[in-house]
Amino acid sequence: MSINWELVWSSLGPLLTGAIFGTIPLALASFSLGLLLALVVALMRLSRNRLVSAVARTYISVIRGTPLLVQLFVIFYGLPSVGITISPWPSAIIAFSLNVGGYAAEVIRAAILSVPKGQWEAGHTIGMSRRQTLVRIILPQAARVSVPPLSNTFISLVKDTSLASLILVTELFRVAQQVAAFSQEFMLLYLEAAVIYWIICLVLASGQSALEKRLDRYVAH
Amino acid sequence: MSPTEPQPSDVPVPDEPLLTVTGLRKAFGQHEVLKSIDLEVRRGEVVTLIGPSGSGKTTVLRCLNGLEVPDAGVAEFAGQLTVDFATPVAKKQVLALRDRSAMVFQHYNLFPHKTVLENVIEGPVQVQKRPKAEAIQEARDLLARVGLTGKENSYPFELSGGQQQRVGIVRALALRPQLLLFDEPTSALDPELVGEVLAVIKELADEGWTMVVVTHELAFARQVADEVIFMDGGVVVERGHPDTVLRDPREERTRQFVDRLLNPF
Repeated sequence: MSINWELVWSSLGPLLTGAIFGTIPLALASFSLGLLLALVVALMRLSRNRLVSAVARTYISVIRGTPLLVQLFVIFYGLPSVGITISPWPSAIIAFSLNVGGYAAEVIRAAILSVPKGQWEAGHTIGMSRRQTLVRIILPQAARVSVPPLSNTFISLVKDTSLASLILVTELFRVAQQVAAFSQEFMLLYLEAAVIYWIICLVLASGQSALEKRLDRYVAH
Repeated sequence: MSPTEPQPSDVPVPDEPLLTVTGLRKAFGQHEVLKSIDLEVRRGEVVTLIGPSGSGKTTVLRCLNGLEVPDAGVAEFAGQLTVDFATPVAKKQVLALRDRSAMVFQHYNLFPHKTVLENVIEGPVQVQKRPKAEAIQEARDLLARVGLTGKENSYPFELSGGQQQRVGIVRALALRPQLLLFDEPTSALDPELVGEVLAVIKELADEGWTMVVVTHELAFARQVADEVIFMDGGVVVERGHPDTVLRDPREERTRQFVDRLLNPF
């Protein structure tokens, strides 16, 4: 099998465009929104109010217990039948954010619980309220603990955005499919797409270790 | 002492009670940890609580600082504040009680993500809303007094246990409390570091700070305490002048405990 280098070169432009204007913004937007949601859900889950905590628990259970592709299809193809029509991009962002929210909530909850009880007490003893202690004392320490597992979530998300091609979002993988169908060079185009995903994830992984180093002073040694 | 430094409970007026606690009770589930404890701390006085582990002495401190809400009992603070723990409003009042005291923990509980200086000014600036520049100046003065000049920008993990505990003490002092509470302040330290921390506490006692100290250091209690309280099983077994309680106790349980601590083998 000889490699059609001309096609590799000519398809690189469209594929990178798909990554830069599709995959990356989709992942960034969904991860940011998802993290915010996850923080709220984690705090709800830790609430002493049983109803609040049960709502959070149910949400996490549904998100983790159903396939991401099904969630995506329910929002894009399912909701129109009850009169709610959402276009591809917002559908994808909603689905991915909800998904990240469910997974990251458990990560954040565990990170908060990993901070020693004495830190809460030290906050209270200098007169801080629960909220002040949470924001100024507990969360900065929980952040360091949650960097590795949240990086995992982020890297998974970047790859999962390829599912958005199935609801007509123009991103890296959808571009690869289109070029492949046109040129009939399936192996070449899908491998090319795979390499680009891999490079994005390599960059993210190195960002993770840099962040871990920076936050290292936040934990006791 | 410069005017910017915290003054130990105004001018010490001997014999005037700063804190009076009566009938303090606390149970965790079925387990009664405190069975009606009475306590009186006069201004400028050092009270030490001794006793075997599980005797409830730490719980007494934690109740005074609002880290536990007692089931019953009354705390009266210098005639300004009376908290009846049996009433439902006690939860709110406990916070007012906490404002008047400051706690030093056995395991220091410094904030690991903040520098020494940030640890000390966190309460004064974030909670008491004092001007930052003033809080920093006061923190530097206090750190200098416990021999930590030059460590302002270090992180807790860069310090020895003794240094960390001295930061813990400064963090408490910076709140300008009327009452200092020490929960086994030297129990987590390597033996060679115990002295430097006890020296700081003794200095504070000599300056007239009012304090309640839970400790196993009997030599320290004998030197510094005005009153020693021996607790066992959630009750006060014996209380009095350190010379009496530690050298010639009336109660057999006190004698056994003191003997065990002085002759561990």
